[in-house]
Amino acid sequence: MKKQAIIIYLFVVALLLASCRKDVELLLSEVTFTDPGASAAGRYAGLYLLNEGNMGSNKATLDFYDFVTGNYHRNVYAERNPSVPKELGDVGNDLQLYGSRLYAVINASNKIEVMDAHTTERIGRIEIPNCRHITFQEGYAYVTSYAGPIEIDPEYKQKGYVAKIDTATLKVLDACIVGYQPDGIAVSDGNIYVANSGGYRGAGKSMNYERTVSVISIATFRETARIDVDLNLHRIKTDSRGDLWVSSRSDYRDSPSRLYFIDHRKQAVTDTIDLPVSNFAIAGDSLYLIGMGELAQRADYFSIVNTATREVVNSGFITDGTDKGLETPYGITVHPETRDIYITDAGDYINPGYLYRFNREGKKIWSVQTGDIPAHFVFLPKNINMSPL
Amino acid sequence: MNSFKLILFCVAAVILPGIAHAARPAASLQPVAGGMDLADSLYLPEVVVSAKVQREIIPAQTLSGNELKGLNSFSVADAIRYFSGIQIKDYGGIGGLKTVDIRSMGSNHMGVFYDGIQLGNAQNGQIDLGKYSLDNLESVTLYNGQKSEIFQSARDFGTSGSIYLRTRYPRFESDKSHNLRGILRSGSFGLINPSLLWEQKLSTSLSATFNTEWVSANGKYAYRYRRIHPVTHEVVYDTTATRENGDVNALRLEGGLHGFVPSGNWKLKTYFYSSERGIPGAIVNNVWKRSQRQWDQNFFTQGSFLKSVSPRYDILINTKYAHDRMRYLNPDTTLMYIDNSFTQQEAYLSLVNKYALLSNWDISLAADWQWNGLQSDLDGFREPTRYTTLIAAATAADFGRVRLQGSILGSWIYESAAGDEQRRSAREQFTPALFLTYKPLDSHNLHIRAFYKQSFRMPTFNDLYYTDIGNVDLDPEESHQYNLGALYDKSFNRGVIRHWEIKGDAYLNRVTNKIIAVPKGNGMYRWMMTNLGQAEIKGVDLSASAISEVHREWQLNLRMTYTHQQARDLTRRPNKELEKITYGGQIAYIPWHSGSLVAGLQHRLWQLNYSFIYVGERYRSSANTPENYEQPWYTSDLSLSRSFTHDRFSSKLTLEVNNLFSQDYEVVLNYPMPKRNYKLTLTVEI
Repeated sequence: MKKQAIIIYLFVVALLLASCRKDVELLLSEVTFTDPGASAAGRYAGLYLLNEGNMGSNKATLDFYDFVTGNYHRNVYAERNPSVPKELGDVGNDLQLYGSRLYAVINASNKIEVMDAHTTERIGRIEIPNCRHITFQEGYAYVTSYAGPIEIDPEYKQKGYVAKIDTATLKVLDACIVGYQPDGIAVSDGNIYVANSGGYRGAGKSMNYERTVSVISIATFRETARIDVDLNLHRIKTDSRGDLWVSSRSDYRDSPSRLYFIDHRKQAVTDTIDLPVSNFAIAGDSLYLIGMGELAQRADYFSIVNTATREVVNSGFITDGTDKGLETPYGITVHPETRDIYITDAGDYINPGYLYRFNREGKKIWSVQTGDIPAHFVFLPKNINMSPL
Repeated sequence: MNSFKLILFCVAAVILPGIAHAARPAASLQPVAGGMDLADSLYLPEVVVSAKVQREIIPAQTLSGNELKGLNSFSVADAIRYFSGIQIKDYGGIGGLKTVDIRSMGSNHMGVFYDGIQLGNAQNGQIDLGKYSLDNLESVTLYNGQKSEIFQSARDFGTSGSIYLRTRYPRFESDKSHNLRGILRSGSFGLINPSLLWEQKLSTSLSATFNTEWVSANGKYAYRYRRIHPVTHEVVYDTTATRENGDVNALRLEGGLHGFVPSGNWKLKTYFYSSERGIPGAIVNNVWKRSQRQWDQNFFTQGSFLKSVSPRYDILINTKYAHDRMRYLNPDTTLMYIDNSFTQQEAYLSLVNKYALLSNWDISLAADWQWNGLQSDLDGFREPTRYTTLIAAATAADFGRVRLQGSILGSWIYESAAGDEQRRSAREQFTPALFLTYKPLDSHNLHIRAFYKQSFRMPTFNDLYYTDIGNVDLDPEESHQYNLGALYDKSFNRGVIRHWEIKGDAYLNRVTNKIIAVPKGNGMYRWMMTNLGQAEIKGVDLSASAISEVHREWQLNLRMTYTHQQARDLTRRPNKELEKITYGGQIAYIPWHSGSLVAGLQHRLWQLNYSFIYVGERYRSSANTPENYEQPWYTSDLSLSRSFTHDRFSSKLTLEVNNLFSQDYEVVLNYPMPKRNYKLTLTVEI
């Protein structure tokens, strides 16, 4: 019986000695060598990739691909800014470069993180509730925000706005009310164009979605016009002629997602590309788009539109079959010089994604594991004083 | 074809016991659940039935009496942590959501039964065990597979694992016609928690009980995030903040009637719970406070009637009506303004027949009928209605050394939903279960047991119909469980150790057609529910307990559990590179090792309790990568109580310290748990 007692007490001791908790360590970046053919040629030093991280996970992370060494650095922000509590934040929604600074729009953390573009060290933080996308013009940053305590009328209390920020002081100077849940933002010829979505209002009731692009005069910073486009607008980008391309998410039910062309002189939609579009990138006169819906069922999921002729010139720019094995194609960018195509696969949104690099012929060069929901790109110029992209 | 299955089963049920030898009286397999107390010895059996073979053949894990009271547990969720094979998802604090996952099959596979009848939530399948108070509970029991008894409703055969909560049964000492008990708790989190119990004997065969409890807490607690640089080992940040918006205000009212009829009994129970709480939310960079609110109103009334119609034939009737309202408000305009209400209703009727064919062979047939409805003011919500018919045929046989139970459950589910187009669907499912126990030695109390069980869980109304996320084409999620285990116990009349018991089970679970959310485009609602998931769980549950008299009038009770689980995500993915990251990975939040220890020391009127919980390292997703790694956590809770006896009443004062070493930990990512906290309880019984 003594033996039995000993066995029981040994069991207790074993349990208590089971592996213990250590200090929680900051996560450092990880390096993966990807590209044996890396070279120092060209005007760009590398590529930043912002991973969104699923909402509530606080897993927005920043990756950097070094063109010169061929090294892919996963999660660089925390290492460079170890003293920031809870790291970069929750849901990275946009990433842009302006001057020598990197601006990361962290949606659910209600802030824009301003970093040195070379060191990714924090320069400052701009507080904007539910911020979505950012663009720049002549020393000012313009940020769309889904909501804020600006509009008092209870009927309109949910209306979004565009915030104007002085990039020298990082102070919010002014706000211009636009439509409900404004998303994409672009600048062309003295005007700011904002894609209103109404995404919070339309779920279940399609007619509640927004269907307009707001036009804001930069000179007065007041909304001057609304351009009727389609339900639930998402992204907007300016092409080389100053015209605008805007995509609609649609209502996910009856009406399909589409890509629309806005003539910036007529300030009206003058053309439509009959393809559902979840994301796109413009390089030169080529607009590279990622489709929407079932990947396997669409041959034109990865298409190129000529922005001058506004015609689909290539309905399958990934040529080596890699596209068939993708799960959730999400982010896209095209190298301005080499025309290499970078596409991310966001997978199931709750686990790490993958970044694919294709050459201009659409053949895969390499692929690498990223953070969760890899999404937004910025090319880092070698000479930082050159004009922003 | 299905009637063929039934016939096949019935034939098997008839033939099987025929192979047997002569009957022996069934040896009691009831394990001694920790320390016996006065309540247990006064316990009036609720089920007085004629035959003897229908007892549970696989003993469950039970917490009851003083052992349950000594656990520093505030809610059922806190107590359940001391069972093996269980994982709790705890979002922190008094008002935070707490759900249970049994053997890693997912919380929707768990059935929770309140006084014998299942608590339903057709909307999301989740039962928040943090809402169920231990105040009025006499026992909490966990069954793997099912309660291995055949005299039960068809619904009892339907879940992969079940928790039975049994409320206090009124019993009166010979000279008393009523019992009164008042409890007042207070402590950290701004907690004020009074409760009152009144039990009245109305006649020799009828008694009434009334119980009410109010919980009010501001839910505030300190938490801390601290990070160390892995190379320099310097502290890079160390932030302590106060958890906000975790307040709760809840009222519970419960009344019941208990009656006896010749060779039978009946009970009637009405339950009402109303609460308002803050939803504390995830702590992320730059967001340290949230403002979401939730209101709940749960009402149910249920009755059961049990009678031995003849020495061979028993019947049991259960019925229930439930009405639940939930309002969720997110006033935070920086995220998404939401104000939605949901109303759920359930009506339930069950009839169970048991017939003793021989003295060692019983058969039973149970038929349940259930209606569920859900209404919402959410735009685009398609208000669904579900009719469920369950028929369970079961048999139990006792051959002395070997005891067997087999059951087959047929489920017929018919559903319709309003909306753009009227949607109707009908499903039919048959799920068998087989339980077996074997006692190889006459001289030793060793029992070897095994079971196989197949079960399924229906997609919830949210899975099917939630605006823009729901997928009406979902199939039920299925589980297959294989279990092999043994139990050994020994009692002594003298010496330090008076009783000890050890039991262990090894199991393999397969979950197929697992309902998981997958991305759907770039919208606000970025998800869609699918049946793509697969999981395989291999595990070992061990538990041991001992009752010892270490010195005269010094009683020490020990209870230990250990769980090892390898829970692998076997979900196939379209992208093979991504599949490599998650395939075969340990499922989110399932530790490889976990365990608990409870020690209770009793000396005359004093009682000291120590409880320890260990949850080993685990990952926050099936991508078992460094960024998803979560360290082990372990907490020590201590309580000291003293009883006082007076002329006309008795009282007890208890002081609790929880998280004694003030560990900073998270059970769920970005939901910090409280540091050290205290509670003081005064109980007065008349």
